[in-house]
Amino acid sequence: MTQPALEAAEARIGAAGAKLGMWLFLFTELLFFGGMFLLYAVYRGRYAAGFHAAAAEENTYVGAFNTALLLTSSLAMALAVAALRRGRRHLSLLLQGATILMGAGFLAIKSVEWAAKIGRGLYPDSTVLLARSHGEVLFFGLYYVMTGIHGLHVLIGICLIGVTLGLTARGRLSAEQPTLLENTGLFWHFVDVVWIYLFPLFYLVT
Amino acid sequence: MAGENGAARPGFYRDAGPRRGCAAWMLSTDHKRIGVMYLAALTLFFVIGVAIGVLLRLSLIAPGKFFTAQHYDQAFTLHGLVMIFLFIIPGIPVSFGNFFLPLLIGARDVAFPRLNRLSWWLYLAGACVILASLFLPGGPLDTGWTFYAPYSVQTRTQVSFAVVGVFILGFSSILTGLNFVTTIHRLRAPGMGWFRMPLFPWTLYATGWVQMLATPVIAISLVFIFLERFFGMGFFDPAKGGDPILFEHLFWIYSHPAVYIMVLPAMGVISEIVPVFSRRTVYGYRAVAFSSVAIAGVGYLVWGHHMFTSGMSDTARIGFSLLTFLVAVPSGVKILNWLATLRKGAIQVDAPLLFALTFIFLFSIGGLTGLIIGSLAPNLHVHATYFIVAHFHYVMFGGAGMAFLAGLHYWFPKMFGRMYDERAAKFGWLLLFVGFNLLYFTMFVLGLEGMPRRYFDYPPRLFTGQLVSTVGSWILACGLAVILGNLVRALVRGRPAPENPWGGLTLEWRTASPPPAENFPEIPVVTGGPYSYE
Repeated sequence: MTQPALEAAEARIGAAGAKLGMWLFLFTELLFFGGMFLLYAVYRGRYAAGFHAAAAEENTYVGAFNTALLLTSSLAMALAVAALRRGRRHLSLLLQGATILMGAGFLAIKSVEWAAKIGRGLYPDSTVLLARSHGEVLFFGLYYVMTGIHGLHVLIGICLIGVTLGLTARGRLSAEQPTLLENTGLFWHFVDVVWIYLFPLFYLVT
Repeated sequence: MAGENGAARPGFYRDAGPRRGCAAWMLSTDHKRIGVMYLAALTLFFVIGVAIGVLLRLSLIAPGKFFTAQHYDQAFTLHGLVMIFLFIIPGIPVSFGNFFLPLLIGARDVAFPRLNRLSWWLYLAGACVILASLFLPGGPLDTGWTFYAPYSVQTRTQVSFAVVGVFILGFSSILTGLNFVTTIHRLRAPGMGWFRMPLFPWTLYATGWVQMLATPVIAISLVFIFLERFFGMGFFDPAKGGDPILFEHLFWIYSHPAVYIMVLPAMGVISEIVPVFSRRTVYGYRAVAFSSVAIAGVGYLVWGHHMFTSGMSDTARIGFSLLTFLVAVPSGVKILNWLATLRKGAIQVDAPLLFALTFIFLFSIGGLTGLIIGSLAPNLHVHATYFIVAHFHYVMFGGAGMAFLAGLHYWFPKMFGRMYDERAAKFGWLLLFVGFNLLYFTMFVLGLEGMPRRYFDYPPRLFTGQLVSTVGSWILACGLAVILGNLVRALVRGRPAPENPWGGLTLEWRTASPPPAENFPEIPVVTGGPYSYE
């Protein structure tokens, strides 16, 4: 292979290969969350009544609003990618900014929910929680771990979009080189998909 | 270090960029440099692991003289941690895989060179955290390498930090697997279809998938341990409704596939060596290639056989036992095909083949005893005895460890551009072989006689067996010292290696020893299978 042909080949690997790598990474993330869903499935099966009682305490309206917020942020992210691909840099910047804001809003609401529970003494190993049934203890344990690790992923996603925002503003990401934004988008959608499962499992199983 | 012909180890060892010395290595994204650094670290941890193992054996011939019971627990935990997480799981993929995968498929580097460097840093970071945990409050952990709850949640030894270290190592392992799978998909040389690919990349491909699909599960299990210790979630605490057996499931969902992370690449190394030293095409190339994928696939579903006595339904136990027998089939295919490759070959028993044959012999013993353990009835008898210890040392050390040594002797000339002394290598092998079997075969017998694993003391009637085993450990250590000493000597004083000392046909032998920084002057075009000797 000649040198220019080789460089072309390597450039090709850069785009499609980077996508492949991102998808593979998302598989690993899926299995990481899979371990938590496994625990949930086992304990939900064993303590159905306790889970039922505990989930009744969650505020479905707040949860539904947060779900809508995160789904809309995913829409904004998808539009941001589409805008960049069509060369509309300013629109893409705006949409990325909107995604960050909605992600931050999600985290803010989540933290209010956490704070309210902690204020009522409902946190792992607390005397209030330990006085309840096994199912409720495990439900709230899983609630904190799963929404906590999910929230951590939202936070990482926000940081990543912050980076792409900066790179788009400086012209390093463009219609010709959108891969990093596309991969960040994939991550953001993945985090969204996980929430789509968490919402019914913690708010609607009652 | 200047060679005898004055040529100072050329190729990728020359600092190409603006940096010099240590920084030029640590910041390098060259897969060959990263592979060599990994190899050095692995060897160091292997030596540490062996040293702890020898001390354990020493303590067993005079219980109480040397280690207290608590120190003994901490020592075997450390032996397991170092050997499993720092040596054998990263093992062959990060060292030979990093160095040779791009060479074998005719690429200039892996798909994500910077990610590769990050994996290496994470590996170092994980190792440092584990080592630091030994000196933090609480002292070295005493849970065994399995971190079984609830003990790992209750013990006052420093579990939390060690668990964080293993978590970081897991990240490194996932990224390596991801990198290799992408590399194999995207960077094969022109003309190299999937079935023209050498067999070592095939096994790295299967291993990469196992690394990606299994490692996250232990990552989350370790997060659980960490959270249990700090926040008392109660997931594995029966007093709060949790179930400790669930931890065992989560742990083995990773840790059984991890056995294949250790052994699959080892099988790949053997598949490279056998055809070269018998001058024959690999018998049933496609069967060997597919068996790697089959082992990875079925191996994912057999974790329950570690827990036959833990409390599981009979249906689950029978299912896991059946799958365990099934996973032996593709392993058997490989053994058959290696032997069929040797048949009527022009066999040349150089050191690499000697270690490869030892792999086949010892791994067969390990594999067949694995079937005894995988059957439900005998499992009840030998569970948690020395029989298990012997079995997995035959598979891990006799299998993956021997393949590591085989690969080291096979690729040493290519990696370092020097030849080692063949006779010293064979002498070291002899000591190793004798010591190994004295050490571990005796453990089969001790296990059948009822010696439980991880026990600090035992009744006097078992003393003779323990003594034989300990003497074996000394001979084994001498053998390893000869082997490693010989290679270190070759590193400094060996005569320069030719491009292709063994007459291999795969692509790595078509470039200089050691290879230049960009691997090949021209990317080769592949026109046939990898082992066309006939």
